Amino acid sequence: MSRDNILHKVRTALGRSAGQAVADVPPVRLRVPEAAMEDRIALMMARLEALAARTARVPTMDAAREFVAAAIAGKTAVVSNAPYLQECGIASLPGVRSGIRDVSELTEVCARVDIGITSADYALSDTGTLVMLASPAEARLVSLLPPAHLAVVPRDRILTGLDELFTILPDPAAQTSSMVLITGPSRTADIEQILVRGVHGPGQVTVVIVG
Amino acid sequence: MSNRVSLFVTCMVDQLFPKVGMAMADVLERLGYRVDFPEGQTCCGQPAFNSGYRSEARTVARHFLKTFEASEKIVVPSGSCTAMVTHHFADLFQKEPETLDMVHAMEKKVYEFATFLTEVAGVEDVGARMEDVVTFHDGCHALRELGIRSAPRRLLAHVKGLELREMVPAEECCGFGGTFSVKFAELSGAMARTKIDAIVGTGARTVVSLDPSCLMQIQGALSRAGLPVRTMHLAEVLASR
Amino acid sequence: MSVEFDRKIHDTLADANLQLAIYTATGRLKEKRIEVTADNALPDYQELRTQANALKKHAIDNLDHYLEEFERNVEAYGGKVVYCKDATEVSDFVLDLAKRRGSKLIVKSKSMTTEEVDLNERLEHHGLESVETDLGEYILQLAHEKPYHIVAPALHKTRYDVADIFTKELKVERETVPEKLTVIARAVLREKFLKADIGISGANFLIADSGAVAIIENEGNARLTTSAPKIHIAVAGIEKVIPRAQDLAVFLKLLARSATGQLLSVYTSFLAGPRRAGEVDGPEEFYVVLLDNGRTKLLPDRSKRQSLYCIRCGACLNTCPVYRKIGGHSFPWVYSGPIGAIITPQFMGVSHEPGLPFASSLCGACGEVCPVKIDIPKVLLELRSDVKKSETREGLNRIEKLAFRVFAWVMTHPRIYEMAGRMAASIAPVSDGKWIRSVPAPMSVGPMKAWLSERDLPPSPSKSFREMWRAR
Repeated sequence: MSRDNILHKVRTALGRSAGQAVADVPPVRLRVPEAAMEDRIALMMARLEALAARTARVPTMDAAREFVAAAIAGKTAVVSNAPYLQECGIASLPGVRSGIRDVSELTEVCARVDIGITSADYALSDTGTLVMLASPAEARLVSLLPPAHLAVVPRDRILTGLDELFTILPDPAAQTSSMVLITGPSRTADIEQILVRGVHGPGQVTVVIVG
Repeated sequence: MSNRVSLFVTCMVDQLFPKVGMAMADVLERLGYRVDFPEGQTCCGQPAFNSGYRSEARTVARHFLKTFEASEKIVVPSGSCTAMVTHHFADLFQKEPETLDMVHAMEKKVYEFATFLTEVAGVEDVGARMEDVVTFHDGCHALRELGIRSAPRRLLAHVKGLELREMVPAEECCGFGGTFSVKFAELSGAMARTKIDAIVGTGARTVVSLDPSCLMQIQGALSRAGLPVRTMHLAEVLASR
Repeated sequence: MSVEFDRKIHDTLADANLQLAIYTATGRLKEKRIEVTADNALPDYQELRTQANALKKHAIDNLDHYLEEFERNVEAYGGKVVYCKDATEVSDFVLDLAKRRGSKLIVKSKSMTTEEVDLNERLEHHGLESVETDLGEYILQLAHEKPYHIVAPALHKTRYDVADIFTKELKVERETVPEKLTVIARAVLREKFLKADIGISGANFLIADSGAVAIIENEGNARLTTSAPKIHIAVAGIEKVIPRAQDLAVFLKLLARSATGQLLSVYTSFLAGPRRAGEVDGPEEFYVVLLDNGRTKLLPDRSKRQSLYCIRCGACLNTCPVYRKIGGHSFPWVYSGPIGAIITPQFMGVSHEPGLPFASSLCGACGEVCPVKIDIPKVLLELRSDVKKSETREGLNRIEKLAFRVFAWVMTHPRIYEMAGRMAASIAPVSDGKWIRSVPAPMSVGPMKAWLSERDLPPSPSKSFREMWRAR
C-alpha cells in the first residue's frame, strides 16, 4: 500500500521510527497591536479603496438597509442567511432572494443575479480583508458567483490583522469546512501583466461598515 | 596592536592585474602598516570548488592554510576570494576536525580590502584624490556573502574630486560567475550587456568594484562594445593622488 | 550540458521579443516585492523569514508525524487522504473515482503538482474532459504548452498570441483586448464550473492540526473549483505540510508579498473536509492526494532537504538574472528558475541535465529573497559536486577532471605556478595595453574561444605582481 510505503521511506530518510515523538513546534509569536476602532476602520477603508473596492460607512442598521436598497436599485440580488442581515432588514428588501437552504436553488440564483449580499464573520483592517466562514448563515456561493459582492459588516468585527484572527480563532476547522479570506475584487494579470478585474469571482466588491 | 598585514593578492591579480595588488599595498603602507607578501601563495581554490571538484579544492585550500598560517591579518583585493576562505573553506573540511579548526582560525583573520580599511584600520579618508565621475559595481560575493555595501561607498565619498553615481538597476550580477562565463558564454555575455547598459545610464566614465573578476567581465564587455568607459579596482582609486 | 539545454538557451536569448517580455514581467514582479517587503512596509520581514524557515524545517524534519496527524484530522472531518507514489497512482485514483461516480467533466485550478504528473493528459487519454480554469493555465491548455513561470504561467504570450489561440480553439471572433479576452474565458469556464462533477485543486499548505488545505489565488477559480462540484480532490506534494493553522499567520504574510507584491492574494481558502451539517453548499466528498513522486529522495541529505521548504512563490525566478534571460521553457522540467535548478537534479538524477546546476553565476540573489530562506546557492554547489562525482564514476568529462587535477597540483607548487604564469604571458598576443579582440586560430579553442565570443580579453601584463613586488 502506498501509504505505508511512503511513510516508511519518509521515516527511513529522516532516521525516525513510527510513533516517535516530536520536539515542540517553533513558537510563532502572534502580535496583536493596540489599534483604536476609528483607526481600524480608516485603515480598512483605505486598503479596500487601494484595491478598487468600494467602501461606505453608515451609522446604524437602518442606514445600512437604506444604503443597500439604493445599491441594488434596478438590479437583482441574493442575500445570505446571516442573522445580521435579517436584523438590518436587508434580507427582507423588496425583490431580493434570501433564506435559500437548497444548494441547487442557491446555485441557480447566484449564477443569475447581479449582486450577492453577505455579512462577514470578521474583517482584517491591515489588509482590507473580509473573513467568511461557511455556515448555515453564510453559504460559499453568495460571495462568489454573482459579478458583484456587497458585504455589510458591524464595526466590532473588524480585527487588526492575521495575528489577531489566529489568536481568537486558532482552530477554524472546528467551526467550518470553509474559511475564506477575501481581499478585494477578483483579478488576474495573466495576459501581458495587464490587470483585469472580475475574472471568476466578483469584479465589484463593496464593504459597508456599520457603526 | 601589531601593524603587520599579509597580502593575499589572488591568482587573478597576480597574473592579470598586478597594479591592483601594488595599489593595495601602497594604500596600506601609507596608513602605517608593514606589508608582507608570503611567496608561497597561489590561489584560494575557488575555480575548483565552483566547478564541483571539491577534492581538488581541498588540496589548494590546505596549501592556502599553510601559506598564511603565520600571518596575523590577511588583506584580499577580492570579495569572491575572501568569501571562498571565510564562507566555503568550512564546507570543504567538515570531515576533518583538525583542519576545520585551522579554517575557523583563518576565517577570523582574512579581510576583504574595503572592510579592512573601514573596520580594522578604522579609516574612511585615505587621502586619495581622483577627478572623475564613477559608478560602483557591487560584486555578488562581496554584497551577499560578505554583506559589504556601505564600506566602499564611504571610502569613495572621501576621494577628493570624485563624484559617485549609482546604477539603476543596482545589485545585479555582471554575469562572470567563474567558469560560468565560459560554460554559458552567450548567457554570460547577455548578462554583461545588461550590466553595461546600466553603467552607461549613469554617465560615469569609470566603473569601480572590489572584485577583479567582475572588472574583467565588465571591461571585456565594454571594450567589445567599443565604449570608452574604463574600470578600476577600489584599491587603484584609493591609491590615486 | 546537453545539446538541447544549450539550444533552448540560445533560442531564447536570440528572441528579442521574448527577452523583453520576460525581463519586463519579472522586473515588475521584482519591484513590487521589494516595495512591500521594505523596512517601512514590513518591518518584521527578516524575522518572518526566519520563523518560516524554522517552521518548515520542523515540519520536514518530522514529516511522518505531521502527515499522520494531517490524515487523522482530514478523516475526522469526513474527508479521505490518498497517498500516491507517482503520476500513475494519481491518475488511477481520479479515474477510478470518476468511473464509480459516473463523472465526465472535471474543472482544475492551478497546481504545479498536477503539471508535474501530467494529470490532464492522463485524464484526457481516458476520455475525461479536464479543464484548466486559471486564465493563464487555460490559455496554455488550449495552446498545449507547459507553464513558463511558477506564478505567471503565460508570461511569454502576448495578447495577440492569446487572440490567435482563442480564435482557433474556441471558434470565437478575434479579440485582442485583454479585458475582452478575459470575458470570453470567463463565460466559457463559468459553464464548466457549474456542470463539473469533480473539482481538482492544488494546495499551497496542508495544515496538520486541522486536516485542512489552504489554497491561495487571485481569480476565484480555485474557490469555484472547490465549491461548485460535488467532489473536491486536492493534490499536493507531501512536503506542503505545516504543523498548525496559526502558522499561516507567518506564511500568508510572506507568500503574496514575495510572489506578486500584494499584501494578501485576493482569496485564501482554508478548507477542512466536505460541507458540514447545515452548510448550504460545498462539496459532498473531499479527498486529499498526498504525492511522493520522488520527494522522499530529497529527504535523506540534511542540507539538500531544505529544497522541500519551497512555498512556490516564484520570487527566486523574478530576481534571478539567469531566469530573466533564459525564461521558463529553457529548463528541462515544469519547475524552472533557481528552485527548479535545485529540485530537478534531485528528482531526476544529476545525469538528467548535468549542466543545470552550472547554469548559474552563483550571485545569491535567490537565497536573499526566498521567504523560507532556502540556501539555493549552497545546494547548487553541492549538486555541482554530485555531478562531478557522477561523471568521475562514469568516466565522463575526463579531460576536465584532469585539468582540475593539474590546477590543484600547480596551485600547490608555487614555483611551478610562477613558471606556468610566465609561459602563458610569453605566448599571449602582444598588445599595447588595449584589450584583445581575437587570438590566432590555434589558440582560439575551449574556454579562450568561449570568452572571446562575447567579450575582449585583458592584455597580459609585462610583469606579474610577485615580479613587481620583488623588484621594489
